[in-house]
Amino acid sequence: MIDKTIKKVLVIGSGPIVIGQAAEFDYAGTQACRSLKEEGIEVVLVNSNPATIMTDKDIADKVYIEPLTVRTLEKIIEVERPDSILPTLGGQTGLNLAMELEEKGILEKLGTRLIGISARAIKMAEDRQEFKDTMESIGEPCIESLVVETVEDAVDFSAKIGYPVIVRPAYTLGGTGGGIAYSEEELREIASNGIRLSRVNQVLIEKCISGWKEIEYEVMRDSKGNCITICSMENVDPVGIHTGDSIVVAPTQTLSDKECQMLRASALNIIAALGIRGGCNVQFALEPHSFKYAVIEVNPRVSRSSALASKATGFPIARVAAKIALGLGLDEIPNAVTGKTFASFEPAIDYCVVKFPKWPFDKFVTAKRELGTQMKATGEVMSIARSFEAAMHKAVNSLEENRQSILEDEFIALGKEELEKRLHNADNERFYVVAASIYCGISIDTIYDITKIDKWFLNGIKNIVDMEKHLMEGKCDRETMLKAKKLGLTDTVIAKNLGITAEAVKNMREMWGITPAFSLVDTCAAEFAAQTPYYYSDFGIKNESNPATNRRKVLVLGSGPIRIGQGIEFDYCSVHCVWALKQLGCETIIINNNPETVSTDFDVADKLYFEPLTPEFVRNVVELEKPDGAIVQFGGQTAIKLTKALTEMGVRIYGTDADDVDAAEDRELFDETLEKCGIPRPKGKTVFTCEEAIEAANQLGYPVLVRPSYVLGGQGMQIAVCDEDIREFMGIITKTVKELNEHPVLVDKYLMGEEVEVDAICDGEEVLIPGIMEHIDRAGIHSGDSISVYPANRISKSVQDTIVDYTNRLAKALHVVGMMNIQFIVMDNKVYIIEVNPRSSRTVPYISKVTGIPAIAIATEIMLGAKLRNMPYGTGLYRNSGYYAIKMPVFSFEKIRGADTSLGPEMKSTGEVLGISRNYNEALLKAFEGAGVSLPKDGKIIVTVCDKDKPEICQLLKRFKDSEFKFYATEGTQKLLEHEGIKATAVNKISEESPNILDMLHNGEVSLIINTPTHGRVKSRDGFKLRRIAVEAGVTCITSLDAARSLMESATMVENDTVTLTNIAEL
Amino acid sequence: MVLEDGSVYTGTPRGAFREAACEIVFNTSMSGYIEILSDPANIGKGVVMTYPLIGNYGVCREDFESDRLHPEALIVHELCDIPSNFRSEATLEEILKEYNIPCLADIDTRSVVQKLCEKGSMKGIVTDDISDMSRLMKAIADFKCEHKAGTKEAYTVGGDNTGAKIAFIDYGTRKSVIKILTDRNCRVTVFPACTDAETVLGGDFGGIFLSDGPGNPAEYENEIKEAAKLLESGKPMLAIGLGYQILALSQGAKVYEMKQGHRGVNHPVRFLENGRTFITSQNHGYAVCGESLPEGVEVTCENVNDSSVEGLSFAGKPVTAVAFTPDANKGASATVFIYNKFIEEAEGTKND
Repeated sequence: MIDKTIKKVLVIGSGPIVIGQAAEFDYAGTQACRSLKEEGIEVVLVNSNPATIMTDKDIADKVYIEPLTVRTLEKIIEVERPDSILPTLGGQTGLNLAMELEEKGILEKLGTRLIGISARAIKMAEDRQEFKDTMESIGEPCIESLVVETVEDAVDFSAKIGYPVIVRPAYTLGGTGGGIAYSEEELREIASNGIRLSRVNQVLIEKCISGWKEIEYEVMRDSKGNCITICSMENVDPVGIHTGDSIVVAPTQTLSDKECQMLRASALNIIAALGIRGGCNVQFALEPHSFKYAVIEVNPRVSRSSALASKATGFPIARVAAKIALGLGLDEIPNAVTGKTFASFEPAIDYCVVKFPKWPFDKFVTAKRELGTQMKATGEVMSIARSFEAAMHKAVNSLEENRQSILEDEFIALGKEELEKRLHNADNERFYVVAASIYCGISIDTIYDITKIDKWFLNGIKNIVDMEKHLMEGKCDRETMLKAKKLGLTDTVIAKNLGITAEAVKNMREMWGITPAFSLVDTCAAEFAAQTPYYYSDFGIKNESNPATNRRKVLVLGSGPIRIGQGIEFDYCSVHCVWALKQLGCETIIINNNPETVSTDFDVADKLYFEPLTPEFVRNVVELEKPDGAIVQFGGQTAIKLTKALTEMGVRIYGTDADDVDAAEDRELFDETLEKCGIPRPKGKTVFTCEEAIEAANQLGYPVLVRPSYVLGGQGMQIAVCDEDIREFMGIITKTVKELNEHPVLVDKYLMGEEVEVDAICDGEEVLIPGIMEHIDRAGIHSGDSISVYPANRISKSVQDTIVDYTNRLAKALHVVGMMNIQFIVMDNKVYIIEVNPRSSRTVPYISKVTGIPAIAIATEIMLGAKLRNMPYGTGLYRNSGYYAIKMPVFSFEKIRGADTSLGPEMKSTGEVLGISRNYNEALLKAFEGAGVSLPKDGKIIVTVCDKDKPEICQLLKRFKDSEFKFYATEGTQKLLEHEGIKATAVNKISEESPNILDMLHNGEVSLIINTPTHGRVKSRDGFKLRRIAVEAGVTCITSLDAARSLMESATMVENDTVTLTNIAEL
Repeated sequence: MVLEDGSVYTGTPRGAFREAACEIVFNTSMSGYIEILSDPANIGKGVVMTYPLIGNYGVCREDFESDRLHPEALIVHELCDIPSNFRSEATLEEILKEYNIPCLADIDTRSVVQKLCEKGSMKGIVTDDISDMSRLMKAIADFKCEHKAGTKEAYTVGGDNTGAKIAFIDYGTRKSVIKILTDRNCRVTVFPACTDAETVLGGDFGGIFLSDGPGNPAEYENEIKEAAKLLESGKPMLAIGLGYQILALSQGAKVYEMKQGHRGVNHPVRFLENGRTFITSQNHGYAVCGESLPEGVEVTCENVNDSSVEGLSFAGKPVTAVAFTPDANKGASATVFIYNKFIEEAEGTKND
């Protein structure tokens, strides 16, 4: 029964996407808000992340895109007066905020309360000591450990239990600041870091149990005390690697019923002891050779694992958790998948699920690739098949890393000796190393001894290797073919091994009647007929997906795993496209493989195919469904890349033609178009070799921008100032882009002007521009990493008109139907085009929200034939909304050891927040606050800039010479500042004697570092080290003078105690 | 595999492959295959596992629920050849061979389940020769299983225990059921199914346990008669699974064969007395008809999904009877309180 006293609920979102807290909370939050509204509850939502679906005005009654701080939340509670707050959907951020609100007495003062979980339970689960005490009191074993607040205590305890030990900071997400210490020296470093990063300055020192099996249980409990298990999951990587960085299978594969029941009982015991009303994730370590186990961690909320469990079983955990929070019992909530059973029916699955992490190491070339207790993955893919092997293959294909098999030549080429060495490194390529090792004859026993990966999984990989070996002999009969397909080998891989073409393989197997079929995910192993069409493909099974034919059928391609440069924004776009299509009466089909997203929720599209986004897997769906057309504009580069393949399959592409997409992406063709339109662009050349690049650069004059064509998020893009740089960059590019002939390299003159961006909706004849956005950071910093301001307020009216004009010309010339994104550079009042993307971009969600223009819905309608002139939005540049909306990038540098934090043409941010206000400076301040950057009015600021930037920094600081800021600089800069009349204190460089900058950082006295890196690859080592230390010390380090200026301005110009709130629904 | 409706499924013969007619049932448990195979309730069955990877963790004889494996056949999607678990003593295939049980692998078991759900439970046959379909159809039609199981001789377990003295009627139970009682300090005397009530009642027992077991409860005519007398005695009783159905029949209630039965470890059961719901393990194809209950017999538990009767009370009698098997979660089950209550009552009787 619903608690009648609950009428209005505040839902706290999880904020920007960072490593350890990604799209899964948008999925959970969106589902939960809808679930609450279904029950007639008024929902108020707060989240600083504008790229989410949950912050759409249709999802909640009131939507606030505001910083997730106690100050803002208090204000919202004051204004909205919700009777209850649901904090379990906003990840660690949500729980931490709930705790602070409780501890500061705000909940009581404002007459509201937490639902779903009590503050007491949060503390029991999150506070290390309380957790241990609670576990002990209910007889659940924990690992030998001690909570410490000083490094000395950590050292003493570790000496007692023996090294290695694991350091886990309290109240941090994704294991931030944790690690394994093998010696006292290492312990000192990790522990001091962890203590600082913890909100309560505590770390747990724990006996290292690396090598144990890591098992997870997702459990739920209602207010009556009814408990169920949703899903068990087994990490293929044993304890020691963060579960977010582990390959995970569901259900468990190597546990006998006794172990399963033991851990299941324990998980239920724990959720009952904590009194949770909702979902909970329990992580166990299980000794592989006994029944000994230990509880590692409990997450009393929805989580990445719960999103995975939801998608793996079809059981909507967040939806059910929200209803439980309202007081409903598990036995009162119908299971939306079957429509016949209730939520109290434990899911039974009849397939194998594999989750594979997606790491950002392609973006962070200098970063350490070793995996440990600190999560590094930005996203993940999930795959479903009847066998582990096939699921594993599908996962590898879903990652979009140009790999189709776990057995790859480049690893085989390492040779047995090197492979055996590599097996000791638990890095992102470990499974490829394992497969190659098996291929090269290293025994399963040896591999197990080194990696502690359970032999069952190793034998699974061996099955794949054996099959490929067998195929390499060149013989393939029907039985072998069927077996190979059941193991998940793609036609391409089979073809490569047989030495024939993929087309030939396809023909061969079709002749033998070996074709893919689609099976249903139904939560109940077919025991009840399911209502929800959620499918996966496999071979040798009965097809259950029956294509309908009555309505126009549109295929929408999703955007795959979350990665830097292609984040949650694209899921937002895909989902809105599907919703728009449904409104238009179309049947919608979505293909995607990301378990964290809304697009893969079972009730978004009419049909969901959980499959890799590669031509071969997409073709399987196309051949069955025969869609009337496909939409590729909303799934980022992942979808755009499939345009050609879809056309070849005979699928009509709705919106901009494939040829026109090419015309925008092919440099030569694009130049021609620009010339025809009379639009200038920075001079540039297309090259294929290093020599050509150097020649081009010299002709254009340094500095130049070097990048591969067809890039994502500026991948591999660099600014070169000399021939030496070019040589180095070309080397890197040729290494990452394998077929250079197909993807040439672009060398462009680098213009250091202001960057301006528009998203436009075009119908082939007319253009609608929701708004113009302007980057605070000047050109040269990737647009995804720039602070972006809507509406542009620094450019003149005539420049604005030119931008609108150019957009119009280009849209027509490229025959754009749907969305396009254009980036301009404005220099000396002249407008240049630097990039055009004939697709929806990462700014579309935010621009849609702040202008009130449903850009995706309009674009979708247009792609199906509608015209702007028949719509109520007009054409040209849409009116200003009267609000400033400032998008601030958010980084996850503290998660990736060794990554350089300086910004450049390569995108590095993982997420974004928005600051909205009628006042520019307040919007800016909110944006910084939302990104976790705050600068006190009397903050201490360290300034260390490269020579080139010295004149400018003087100008900048002069503006603040009467402020309360205290400036510090190393000797040279300090003298210069003093000379300019700016008061500054000299401080020693890192390399100089103590006390130096390092000491200041470690003492926690610094509020901000302004550090601009030297251009080119010759990076000052001091600078790099300073930036890394700043990240690890939790001190804001800004590497762009523009951003620094904005921060200082917003900090000095806004009165701190006034907070205005904006309800997005009213924009 | 050929089903009685004529549908044919082709797979790979494994285990001790031979032709075997059976009643085809499916089980949705994702682990516990050895417990299922050694459960006497599966006598005469061709067990289809819905989870596609079977045999992953091998076999440990300690996990046997009885002294042998019972089904006529095992039907799976993939049979694992190289298991991995620290207790594994043999592969599942080796054990199947040892107990002469045929296995059919590489079957799309999901499609079999769909067929059974659509048409209701069916008989079938596993064979390596489908040349003569009429012969196979006849073999299926002729298949009649002698369900009776359980001990032939009475014996005592936990003789040194000092707790309640329990008379345990064994219709074909599992080791773990008896173990729950002995773990709780009970002295358990296990009687064959056909034992007459007088023998049991003459034995100074504190409580009587009617066990689970295989088959159609209506066929247990003698047992039903004796159960009525046992109930009449007013002694504390606990009846589970088949025992529960026998007890219901003894009071004149009716049972019916369910379309597809409840076989798995994920069945939610609501206790009407307090509204609590528990996940239970079930393995039965028959249910008590709610409308057929005589006066004094009341429904105590119901299935959350299909509202079928899952538990009964008998006016004024200290008797608990449930359709599910409350022990299945290795002693840690949420419904183990049912045992505790029974034992308490049985001990109370002793103390009187």
